[in-house]
Amino acid sequence: MSDRIFGGFGLALAIFYIWAASIIKDSFMVDVVGPRAFPYIVGTVLALTSIYFIARPDEEPKWPILRDMAEILFATAVMVLYALLLSDVGFVISTTFATAYLTWRLGTQPLWSLLVGLLTAVGIYVVFHLILGLALAEGPLGF
Amino acid sequence: MDTLSLLFDGFAIALTPQNLFLSVVGCFLGTLMGALPGLGPANGVAILIPIAFSLGLGPIPSLILLTSVYYGAMYGGRISSILLNIPGDEPAMMTCIDGYPMALKGQAGEALSLGGVASFVGAFVATIGLVILAPQLVKIALLFGPAEYFVLFTVAFATLGGVSSTNQAKSAFAAALGLGIAMIGSDSQTGSQRFTFDHIHLYDGIDFLIAIVGLFALSEVLIFLEHHKGGAAGTTGSAKVGRILPDFKMIKSCIPSMARGTGLGFFSGVLPGAGASLGSFLAYSLEKQTVDRDGKTFGKGDPRGVAAPEAGNNAAAGGALVPMLSLGVPGSGTTAVMLAVLLQLNITPGPLLFTKNPDVVWGLIAALFIANFILLLMNVPLVGLFTRVLLIPTRILMPVVAMISFVGIYSITGSTFDVLLMVGFGFAGWLLRKLEVPLVPVILGILLGNQMEVNLRRAMTISDGDWLVLVGSPLAIILWLIAITGFMLPMFIGRRMKSRIEDERKTSETPLGD
Repeated sequence: MSDRIFGGFGLALAIFYIWAASIIKDSFMVDVVGPRAFPYIVGTVLALTSIYFIARPDEEPKWPILRDMAEILFATAVMVLYALLLSDVGFVISTTFATAYLTWRLGTQPLWSLLVGLLTAVGIYVVFHLILGLALAEGPLGF
Repeated sequence: MDTLSLLFDGFAIALTPQNLFLSVVGCFLGTLMGALPGLGPANGVAILIPIAFSLGLGPIPSLILLTSVYYGAMYGGRISSILLNIPGDEPAMMTCIDGYPMALKGQAGEALSLGGVASFVGAFVATIGLVILAPQLVKIALLFGPAEYFVLFTVAFATLGGVSSTNQAKSAFAAALGLGIAMIGSDSQTGSQRFTFDHIHLYDGIDFLIAIVGLFALSEVLIFLEHHKGGAAGTTGSAKVGRILPDFKMIKSCIPSMARGTGLGFFSGVLPGAGASLGSFLAYSLEKQTVDRDGKTFGKGDPRGVAAPEAGNNAAAGGALVPMLSLGVPGSGTTAVMLAVLLQLNITPGPLLFTKNPDVVWGLIAALFIANFILLLMNVPLVGLFTRVLLIPTRILMPVVAMISFVGIYSITGSTFDVLLMVGFGFAGWLLRKLEVPLVPVILGILLGNQMEVNLRRAMTISDGDWLVLVGSPLAIILWLIAITGFMLPMFIGRRMKSRIEDERKTSETPLGD
């Protein structure tokens, strides 16, 4: 069943892709095949393989139980939040909390995970910013 | 003799203090990443590309650093295979079968040093093979026109699933997905905006580094979260390292095994779509058939069962660089990441690289020779350093990996949009892995998409729109035959190969590709 749903999404994606390719505007330069031919080929392969998934699905993959699924979604949400807040809050603070969340979910005690988070954030800041000179998000406090 | 003098110049480049230092650092980091389960050569190198790039290292120093990591990870994979029965990375899987029983018998130290020596033999001979074979392949590649190049890229995608692939439709879907992503942005030929929907962040297309780090590194973190694997790898094993002195008698008795493993590994590395995992698998199976037909000693701690696959996977790693450097077409996940390194540095691999930038090619090859000696030193007398790393629990390690991925991408792009995109790729990568859609074709599609299209359009321009030009030369027809065979073969033998590989290995890791 998963493969059928996946195939359905793939087919929708392929149709969208071919439609999006059909509205590509020509610029003042032209060549023989133009900018749409190759995307059409790619879209066709997407569509054909998706139809194959619907027609001949594989065995059901081992999906995680609901709780583990929530784990994945929450972790993704935390990473999204991290990406959004990074430039506003600054590297050290946001990294402390993001790392603390991940290490907590992987089984560290709550208080220890804050410490692990802080050490990771400071460690990366020292190694990559102070020693190696990489640009990290600065935030209002400058770190 | 031309080759030798070029190689000599290469050594002059690779032996400067800075490059030598980077080589040592790369070897160290590589062995470390290889040793840690969950961090293999592909995602290890992927995380380091943006960092090497934002450090402002030049092309040759960055290449030396990252290829040392690549070779190092191939060496390091055996450490946790032998000590813990958990492959440190995909190609080290076969080393578990005899390595771990050796460790249980109290011979962990011998197994580690034997594996180190076998790795050295495999990698060293393969690097010599690279020196000999790559210039020959370049001569053939110089005959290629745009049409042949287009077909060559098709060969790469058709064979990438490998002979153990069970569902070729999924490989094809993955390749099309990658190619489709590569089309986003302004068209290199005419400048038309494609698939950008007037979104300013998409005008330059999607940076392949974002896709690679997201798909490889972040999806791995999610896999660990899903399985709640937070403990230290080092606590599950019962084996003690014991003495780490090489047992010369044992090593001597394994020389024929190493030779067979090296030959087979190099061969499968050069072939498209085989890679290091298959190299070590073939090396192990052949070795078992040659010296232990009745299955008396193999699987119970036979040193030859460690020497053959270790020589095999390291030789395959070197062999895989042959098509990558001389044709610009990688045959495995890790070499796809190495291709990303070159593209990021604005170096286009392929036959012209050998004539236009011989300093890059030969500096790189010389660095590989040097890396091998450094790695032999690190992996035989100093291997104790790395066995301790296995005590770091993954609940601390994986978040650090995630954060370093973020640091790398943020430091080159500085854009929230790109970091979000990376998280998106991470989640998509997890989903695709669940559905058993291989990720390597996606990456390769993103990397090669534009070149593939450019070659198609050039061929069309030359032929004035006649599509038959794609089958217009004997060379192109041969390449089509290879592509079709490579794509069809797994449909008949894929299931059998896969079940054979799975019979041999006992642990169930989600494969990432090598």
